[in-house]
Amino acid sequence: MLLAIAWRNLWRNKLRSSVIFISIAVGIIGAITSVGFMSGMVDQREDAAIANEVSNIQIHNPKFLLNDEAQYMVPGAAQKVSEIEQIPQVKGVSLRLKVTGMAASANAGAGITIRGVNVASELKVSDINQNVIEGTYLTQNARFPAVVGQKLAHKLDLGLGDKIIITLSDSSGTITSGAFQIEGIFKTANDQFDESNVFVKKSDLAKLIGYPNNVGNEIAIRLNSNMDTPMVVNKLDKMMVGDIHSDKIIIQSWDQIQPLLKSMVEMMDYFSYLFLIIIMAALAFAIINTMLMAVMERTREIGMLMALGMNKRKIFNLILLETIFLSIIGAFIGLGVSVLVVHHYAIYGFDLTNAASGLNSFGYSARIFFRVSNEFYFISLILVVIIAIISSISPALKALKLQPATAIRENI
Amino acid sequence: MSIIQAKNIYKVYNETHVPVHALNGVDLEIEKGEFTAIVGPSGSGKTTLLNIIGGLDLPTEGDIFIEGTNLKTLSSRQLIDFRLHNIGFVFQAYNLIPVLTALENTEFILELQGVSKKEREKRAMEILKTVDIADKRDHKPGQLSGGQQQRVAVARALVSQPKYIIADEPTANLDSKSTEELLTLMKKMNEKFQTTFVFATHDQRVMDKARRIITIEDGKAVKDETFER
Repeated sequence: MLLAIAWRNLWRNKLRSSVIFISIAVGIIGAITSVGFMSGMVDQREDAAIANEVSNIQIHNPKFLLNDEAQYMVPGAAQKVSEIEQIPQVKGVSLRLKVTGMAASANAGAGITIRGVNVASELKVSDINQNVIEGTYLTQNARFPAVVGQKLAHKLDLGLGDKIIITLSDSSGTITSGAFQIEGIFKTANDQFDESNVFVKKSDLAKLIGYPNNVGNEIAIRLNSNMDTPMVVNKLDKMMVGDIHSDKIIIQSWDQIQPLLKSMVEMMDYFSYLFLIIIMAALAFAIINTMLMAVMERTREIGMLMALGMNKRKIFNLILLETIFLSIIGAFIGLGVSVLVVHHYAIYGFDLTNAASGLNSFGYSARIFFRVSNEFYFISLILVVIIAIISSISPALKALKLQPATAIRENI
Repeated sequence: MSIIQAKNIYKVYNETHVPVHALNGVDLEIEKGEFTAIVGPSGSGKTTLLNIIGGLDLPTEGDIFIEGTNLKTLSSRQLIDFRLHNIGFVFQAYNLIPVLTALENTEFILELQGVSKKEREKRAMEILKTVDIADKRDHKPGQLSGGQQQRVAVARALVSQPKYIIADEPTANLDSKSTEELLTLMKKMNEKFQTTFVFATHDQRVMDKARRIITIEDGKAVKDETFER
């Protein structure tokens, strides 16, 4: 009957209860959709970084990371690639030849990274081919083809079919140049990447700088699921323990390669909960106020319950249950609407085209696909219940302080 | 043996500031089955005395015994439990739980006592029939007249078969017809179940039905009369 009384008490002042339902619902919708937006943004950045820039795992010669010179190859790279391909979680492995140099056109020049890739294996590792907006990705048969970022193409004033002159050091340390023909132009959500990367065939680049085609200074590994990254890194550490201990190679996961992105993902999680807690704390005051009003209005009724023999524990539980009902209804409305909003924007995306140039310059997409984990929905609900319990303490204590003999004569 | 024994009861409010002496040495004994009215002018102390008899308040001095149990020796929790199992209450403003039906209001005390759902429903229905309000069992207080609400309040007070019932101005908000019906009903219950009723009232109609009238003035019992009715 305590449940029945608590539940029915909610509907005694429908307007007041509705205001609280709506406040809680709006608070939750605000918190969840904001988190959905921010998580979506960071997730997309993470996905794009893995898909286009760093893949899940990379293997280098440690000296390459220090000096960024082409000569520091991964020892036994071809053998390693075929061993890594046997790992079930691995989607693809690409042995790359990565060199820094200068790109020039008739009008301008720019510092770039030249990524010599084996087209067939690179297609399993990188999604750059899916970001080609003009022309095609590197075709096997073309001679000295290059795919450049749109930003770089604009900077050098180059278009499809134009020649791009790449200057770099060869294996003997001598400066050499080569002309590549632009076969495709790509555009990712990261302007900085687009402005500084050129993809060429590894065989062409190796020939230009005097290395055999079977060597590489970067092994990029793409997994079927990013969740498996720590496990596969662990596996690779065990597989290549000798090379690691003798400082011949270093294995890095994407978050070690881009620690800023990693800390952003972690901060996002932290801020999501902080944001939710701040909103809930604000709502707690509204709940406390409402329940205090309810207790004050019902002074005589509570006095009567005490007079009849209802003990303090039950009085406390009555106020607690009423507060929980009040909060949970608001929470379910809020969660229901949030699920719909997040689902909508998870499918169609939230269009920020007007701010595209600014977002792209930081590596973010202009269409944000919301993402909220089931865990976050669940924690939001639990948090509402906790806030309700905390909020009920003050009104309940006020009720418990009432003296039945005086309370039953209250005129309110 | 007396059900209620009040010995030299004093009650002082605001002891530390401006003390108000509500009761000044009241001695009182009430036997089982009595139909007693405590009367007196406003501020005479009759409600204070009723609160002390009902275990809602404790005397500043003196002792209050209910069938030999001194209420002053009980802890706050024990006192609540004592009220639940021994005393029925009928208030001036009915004080039913507005969100519960007549049947649920009547069952409420039994639920607090831990009686099973089946048993409490049976007993509540029986008592609602006795007070002639069973046809309104599913009505909430807001859907009942004052007289009907007070009948439900009486049913609630009686359903747990308490040792005695405290009724504070039970007819104050009722019209003449409802008052007459309610008093007849209470008298009937008193005779049928030997339930002890103690009223605080200034309603002459209640006094006319009472078999004993205790008059309180300035916190003292100044007159104690019994009648054959």
